[in-house]
Amino acid sequence: MSTYFDVNRRKFLKTSASAAGALLVGTYFVGAAPRVLAGVLSEPSTQAKQANLFVALRPDGIVEVTCHRSEMGQQIRTAIAQIVADEMEADWSMVKVIQGKGDPKYGDQNTDGSRSIRYNMQRLREMGASVRYMMQHAAAARWDVAPDTCVAKQHTVTHSSGKTLSYKDLVRDALTYTPPGNDAIELKDRSEWRYINTGMAHIDLHDIVTGKATFAADVLEPKALVAVILRPPVVGGTIKKVDASAAKAIKGVVDIVEIPAPKGALQFQPKGGVAVIAENTWSAWQGRKALNVEWNDGENGRYNSEKFKQQLLDTVSQPQQHVREKGDAVSVLEKAEDKLVADYYIPHLAQAPMEPPCATAMFSNNRVEVWAATQNPQADMATVATMVGIPKENVLVHVTLLGGGFGRKSKPDFSAEAAYLSMKTGQPIRVQWTREDDIQHGFYHAVSAQHVEATLDDNGAIQAYLHRTAFSPIAGLFQENANAPMDFELGLGFTDNPINTPNLKLEVGNAKAMVRVGWMRSVSNIFHAFAIQSFIAEAAHKAGKDQKDYLLATIGPDRILNVSEQGAEYGNYGGDKTDYPLDISRLRHVIEKVADMASWGRKMPKGRGLGIAAHRSFLTYVATVVEVEVSDSGELTVIKSWSAIDAGTVVNTDTVKNQVQGGSIFGMTAALSEGITFDKGRAQQSNFHDYRVPRMSDAPLEVEVEIVPSEAPPAGVGEPATPVFAPALCNAIFAACGKRIRHLPIGNQLKT
Amino acid sequence: MVTFSVNGKTHEFNGDPTTPVLWYLRDELNLTGPKFGCGMAQCGACTVHIDGTAQRSCVLPLAAVAGKKITTIEGLSKDGEHPVQQAWVEHKVPQCGFCQCGQMMQAASLLASNSNPSDDEIVANMSGNICRCGTYPRIHKAIKSAAKTMSANNGVNYFNPNDTEASA
Repeated sequence: MSTYFDVNRRKFLKTSASAAGALLVGTYFVGAAPRVLAGVLSEPSTQAKQANLFVALRPDGIVEVTCHRSEMGQQIRTAIAQIVADEMEADWSMVKVIQGKGDPKYGDQNTDGSRSIRYNMQRLREMGASVRYMMQHAAAARWDVAPDTCVAKQHTVTHSSGKTLSYKDLVRDALTYTPPGNDAIELKDRSEWRYINTGMAHIDLHDIVTGKATFAADVLEPKALVAVILRPPVVGGTIKKVDASAAKAIKGVVDIVEIPAPKGALQFQPKGGVAVIAENTWSAWQGRKALNVEWNDGENGRYNSEKFKQQLLDTVSQPQQHVREKGDAVSVLEKAEDKLVADYYIPHLAQAPMEPPCATAMFSNNRVEVWAATQNPQADMATVATMVGIPKENVLVHVTLLGGGFGRKSKPDFSAEAAYLSMKTGQPIRVQWTREDDIQHGFYHAVSAQHVEATLDDNGAIQAYLHRTAFSPIAGLFQENANAPMDFELGLGFTDNPINTPNLKLEVGNAKAMVRVGWMRSVSNIFHAFAIQSFIAEAAHKAGKDQKDYLLATIGPDRILNVSEQGAEYGNYGGDKTDYPLDISRLRHVIEKVADMASWGRKMPKGRGLGIAAHRSFLTYVATVVEVEVSDSGELTVIKSWSAIDAGTVVNTDTVKNQVQGGSIFGMTAALSEGITFDKGRAQQSNFHDYRVPRMSDAPLEVEVEIVPSEAPPAGVGEPATPVFAPALCNAIFAACGKRIRHLPIGNQLKT
Repeated sequence: MVTFSVNGKTHEFNGDPTTPVLWYLRDELNLTGPKFGCGMAQCGACTVHIDGTAQRSCVLPLAAVAGKKITTIEGLSKDGEHPVQQAWVEHKVPQCGFCQCGQMMQAASLLASNSNPSDDEIVANMSGNICRCGTYPRIHKAIKSAAKTMSANNGVNYFNPNDTEASA
């Protein structure tokens, strides 16, 4: 069913009969201020505009809530339904979720940056409340009583006399109503919430445990040919010579198609290469193995990550351009007799979602229909449109469940590959990435070096602090030859450094990415928090103070930190600085809370240690304590971790806990994994045997999480637990065995 | 020709006998519960039971399953009644869910051979299955729950698709 909303006539229109007579409520952006509008169904109209977000109450009582954000395990489908159903007083058993397709009229659909709830909670509440209002008023009219004598609860309106009407029996009446304006509706008081702020089970749970959930590779219609692609091993590489004769001889292989190399800034364009198209996945895979291709590598063929590491470390050893300054850190440090100096390093990492990228596309009559595991279907529309040379309005993107995203699937090169191959062959095509493709042709987490130096006063407090960062910037995707990070990359844990000291200087060095660099869960917060939180623990040790007490003293007293006053360009994750100030009291609170949870300060047996780290990211405050054991021979065991999170208002408490548990374990990747290294521009890892991600044997079996109760506006949940884990872990290792890990991965450093 | 059963139903395969079981299940039978995650038995997303024991279907050639009984998540129970599936619901284990069919098949196989595994035995048996979302603490707890349920229900028969009488 397609449903359209005619803004001028304030009406919803439909193009099929399946939901005839359903009451629909949507939000349409009018300028900057979203308003809730509702309307009645009528016949299709060529004038119609599509509703961008809506809830449909059907005559059978079923509530259909559209989820326009992508589901990758954060349970956004459930959260959106919880919010709408709560405000409309829907019976949860009557709620269904419809996955929205890519459409700019929804507003932002880019499911990254931990912002789905922050961007949408208010309008979702208003939509739900609007339906409740109409139910209440329709019942009042039916009974000819004052609306304030009627109460709408759980799909039923009850009059003060005790008589009741079900929502489904009021749909027809409500269809004739002019929907209420925002001034007429009343949102529920928090104390009346029945779904929001509970840990209710997610709506896809049964489908997942029975194997019925549909991920990108599970799309059976349209029946597609399968493409497996041999891509140039070096970014920017091109095809020199192809011998496909052996590939064509493989049974089931039907076609070989060359994909052009990207032009201009890389953005999300496919890398190019040679596609083997076959009747089934195995034949396509075998066909690819039989291809014989010679490549021109281009200038990125020089990329060697070991040399690049040294280049980054050299860069941060020299003065660089400053992005924030207070006092005169440089002269204080020059005069200091005793300084603490440390360099930190983290290699490239791969997101490695469990489902490798996959998309199906069908090209016909200058239009493309795509089924993809995408975090950002509007990016698929744009990337596909450019790839096949049609207007993006002609690209229809269906969003499947994502088998993990972590930032990889916000870059839809795989959808563009499928669309291009479908255009060339005239057949529906499913592009299946193998794990090797995922590891070797990714959009990697930036490789980074950090240099920090400080001098302490007589009380051990940081008197002057200098921090330089250098990393391969994401900026390189969008601008050819970009060699400096964009402000947003620095706003992820660098410019918003919370250290309270009279002299502070933050500097940024240049570096040019020679591979595709892209977002990975929590992005540059990973290396910035690692350096800052490791360094504070190092300073605590130098000052002879308790790590937790010193951390609290170092971030200073309760206050709002306005880094712009120190010259920083700080975007605050796009959040209003009044609604979402950088509030040191909230950071202090999670530290105190987690210390309490972990019984911080208890006596530890030999070989065991506790480490702590705290960080604000995505407008959320997280503090984590990790307990480890390091044996005499250097074997590391992560025993347990504790996290306190203050994300403001939260929708699903169990999801928040699950995200913090998972985000913590994801954060172990940086500590455990050798990362992705490159020689001659080629990734040297290929699958999970050499790109190590945490397994159950690595992970703590207890990850205790507490959510700070808060009525503050909702902030991010999916990412903020990740940046603190590696520094808390390394601080725990130091406490356990006295070895300080500054360069990740940990590797053999505990064994020497 | 290779003959075997999948979820209680007999199948014959005449194609390339080196084809991995995973691709036969997914591409030929449209059984999409077993997932492709790595293709080299490193992640466990493709785990199915061969004669009741967990195996990685992505590297298992069809030639190796002649005369054997294959069970996928679709055949583990009729509609999620297996104690492992119920424990997964009770502990709200999944996040993205992609690896979880493989995790549950591995766990069900473990509990079939060891009804009361220790913490370490669970870790040892489950560490071949990767969950990138990091649901390991919940998986561990869910397996302990399922073990309890199964021992409390000792003597009760669970749905077995390979048992023609039970599924009839």
